[in-house]
Order: sequence, then structure tokens, then C-alpha cells
Amino acid sequence: MSSFFHVAGAVAARQTYKYFTNPAFLAPALFPLFFFVAFAGGLTRVGDVPGFDYGAGYIAFQYVWALLQAVSMGGAFTGFSIAGDFENGFASRLMLAASNRYGIILGYTMASIVRAVMTGMLVTGFALVIGIPISGGFDLFGLIALALLANIAATLFGAGVAMLLRTQQAGPVIRTPIFLVLFLAPVFVPLSLLSGWIETAARLNPFTHVLEAARGFLAGDPTGVASAFIISAILILILALWAVYGLRSAERAG
Amino acid sequence: MRSSAFLTEVMAIARRSTVRTMRQPAVLVPALLFPMLFFSINANGLDAASRIPGFPTDSYLDFAFAFPLIQASLFGAITAGADLARDIESGFFDRLSLTPMRPVALLGGMLAGVVALGLIQGVAFLTVGLLMGVDISSGVGGMFVIVLLTVLVALGFGGIGAILAIRTGSVEAVESAFPLFFVAIFLSSINLPRELIEQDWFRFIATVNPISYLVEGIRSLVITGWDAQALILGFGFALAIVVVAIGGAAASLKTRVV
Repeated sequence: MSSFFHVAGAVAARQTYKYFTNPAFLAPALFPLFFFVAFAGGLTRVGDVPGFDYGAGYIAFQYVWALLQAVSMGGAFTGFSIAGDFENGFASRLMLAASNRYGIILGYTMASIVRAVMTGMLVTGFALVIGIPISGGFDLFGLIALALLANIAATLFGAGVAMLLRTQQAGPVIRTPIFLVLFLAPVFVPLSLLSGWIETAARLNPFTHVLEAARGFLAGDPTGVASAFIISAILILILALWAVYGLRSAERAG
Repeated sequence: MRSSAFLTEVMAIARRSTVRTMRQPAVLVPALLFPMLFFSINANGLDAASRIPGFPTDSYLDFAFAFPLIQASLFGAITAGADLARDIESGFFDRLSLTPMRPVALLGGMLAGVVALGLIQGVAFLTVGLLMGVDISSGVGGMFVIVLLTVLVALGFGGIGAILAIRTGSVEAVESAFPLFFVAIFLSSINLPRELIEQDWFRFIATVNPISYLVEGIRSLVITGWDAQALILGFGFALAIVVVAIGGAAASLKTRVV
């Protein structure tokens, strides 16, 4: 067991060092920031649509989505990084040296959390500058917890794909499903205002529950908290198995 | 005689450029699929926005139809720019400059490929849009004008892609410009009419952003009918971008081919 945590710590330390020494280390936050600016700045009047009942206002409504997008993309970027490690041969050496290979997955996930904290802080800082009202109080910890769980889920998904394909060309395979899950949710208006196929897709999308609960936390009106945390936990469990499957595939490939 | 030789050169490169695009499903499929996917998500996700007082139409699907056309032009520009940069990286461009072929024919040919892709995208999106229920107020004539404006926009963006390719000679540099184009599209009146944008700073950016006028030109044909002012502004800005971009690309070409 100690070798598991030893390997995880070593991988996390290397990844974190690599992350902070890369000049583009905040890159995963750029797209979410840009979407935040575009949607919160350009679509404020959507908050005037009859039935739009989010108390904290439209900018706060968009901030939660941007935050979850930033941390999820942080997970995707960790997947790109793992794929890069396989391509340059580092991962093969790591697999040979690691006394417990499952620790590799935990190590990458721990480093991804550091990444998520940085990108999340950037998005939050920007939101505070443009005047987002914070009314959640202690509930904000719930928002932070859901954001971290979203990051872990995205990281495990990205790790599984990266270890399975072991090439940086896996980028779109990691990025596209995450993007789809993020966009097939109530991005612009609450679920009650959606209609047509997008409403069906949003209702079936597990991320919708996480997003709605996170928005509730920010507004100081938590809703659907239990289901959001249960769904996150189930997703993480399934995606952890997926990452282990990817790891075993990499082991078989040598 | 000279002009017919020039035309032959342009046609040869245009054919190569078009065939190369058509032979790459990895290029063609996303260029057709992603704009429609985003359009479908945006149009349905923002359908409630059509209930904002003062919104110009009761169908957000119609309002948003300019989005895939403009986004597709952007994809085309990046594809064309990346192809040209690949020609520079692989040495094809240098070998070509040793032949009697004029470099400007290479540019013309590449842009002809962009026009071909823009035409395919315009027609494909129009067909899919109509099947999805988009109602074109300006009728069949308006559809031709929409495709024409789309092709002009694709040509202008293609010129910008060519500048990037010629100046940097790097596929990676051209590809990395994608987010900048994407930002420019979203910081326009693509999602809401300018008069309904509440934030002053955003409305200002959307007003000085030429893409707003390209979008509004196409949109006017869909939701209003024949709006002379929107069309003059749309075609005016599209032509200005074409002239500036192609002029810039030709000037850049002179510095690369010594």
C-alpha cells in the first residue's frame, strides 16, 4: 500500500513541477474564460426571459458553467499530458520503474487537482473582477467540492483514453466527449426553459445534475445536492475502472 | 497568352487544393459536422431568448442560422492556411518557386480551393438548415445571395489564413490561430442582436467587430427579407476583408519568394 502512495506522490510531484514550469500552464482556462466573457457579457438579457428564475443573476449563472468547464478541461489537458508521456517514452520507463502501477493513475489525478485549483482560481478571480455577486456563504464549499469531483472524473476519462491510445493524436478523442457533455447541459438557460431534443439530452446528461446543484450552491439555494454527489461518485467509480482498463492495455502493449 | 498561362497555373493548383481537401475526411467531416452541431446546440439551447422583448423573430433557429456559415468559413480558412503552411514546411513551395509558375498563381489556386470548400459548405448548410425548419424570408433569390456572401467570407478568411501561413511557414502557428478566430466570432452579434446586448463594453466590441456585419448581412436575408442597409454593410465588410487579406497575402508572398 505504501508503494501505491509512494508512486502516486512521485508522479504527482513530477507532473506538478512540469505544469508550473510550462509557460502555457493556464491554457486550459483560456477557452472557459473566453466562453464566460462571450456568454456572460453578450447574453445578459437572456436573464430577462420569463421563467428565468436564477436568483444570483445571469453572470453568476454562466460563471458556474465556466468554472466546471475550466476544471473539466484541466482534466482533459492532463490526459493530453499522459499521452505525451507515452509518446516520448517517459511512460514506458515509468511503468518499468513503478512498484505499484495503479499509483500512476492516482499521481496524475492528484496533479490534475492542482491544475484545477489554479484554473478555477483564475476563472473565479476574473468573475470577481467583473462583479459576480457571491451569495452562497458556507454553501460555496459545496460548489468547490463538485468542481473538484468534475475534475477528477474528467481526468480519469482522459487518463483511460490516453493510456489506451498512447498517442497525442488522442487529443480530439479526449476533448470532444468532454465538450459534448458540457454543452449538452443547460448552458444558457435553466433546464425548465429548454425544449426539444436539447431538453431530452440535458435531462439524460448526468452533468446536468452536477451543474444545477453547483448553481444552487452559488445562489445560496442548494437543490439536488444528494443526487449530484451520488452521480459524481458513481461517475468517478466507473471512470476509475476505465482508467485501470487503459493502464492494463498499456501494460499489455509493453 | 500570358493570362491563359496564368489561368492554367491557377487551375492546376486549385485542382490540387480541392482534391487534397476532398481526400481528407478528417478535414472535410469536422468542417461540415461541427458547425452544424454547434448550431443545433445553440439554436435549441437559446430558443428561450426569442422571448426577450424586442427580439426580431420568434424563431431562434432562424436567428442563429448565420452561425454555421460563418464558423464554417473559419474552418475553411484554417484548413487552407494549414495546407499552404504544410507546402512550405515540406519544401513543395520552394520547389514550385524554381519552376516558371508564378507564386501568385499558388495563392490564387489555394484561394480557389477555399472558394470551392466554402461553396460546398454553403450549399450543404443551407440544405440541412431548410430540413431543420429554417425559414428564409428572402426566398430562393436570398438563398443564392447567402451562399455568395458565405463564399466571400470564406475567401476573406482564407486570405487571412494564407497570410499566417506565408509569414510563419508553420502548420502549428496557423492551427494555433483558431481560438483567435473563434473569439472574434463570439465577440460579435452572433448570439443576440446588438441592440439587445446589455453590457456596454460587449456591445461596443460587437459594434467595432466586422464579423457582426457579416453575420447581420446573412441574418437579414433569413429573418427580414431584403434589407438593403444590412446587405450593403455585409457585402462591404466582406469585400474589404477580401481586399485587405489577399493584398496582405500577396505582399507577404513577395518577402517569402526572393
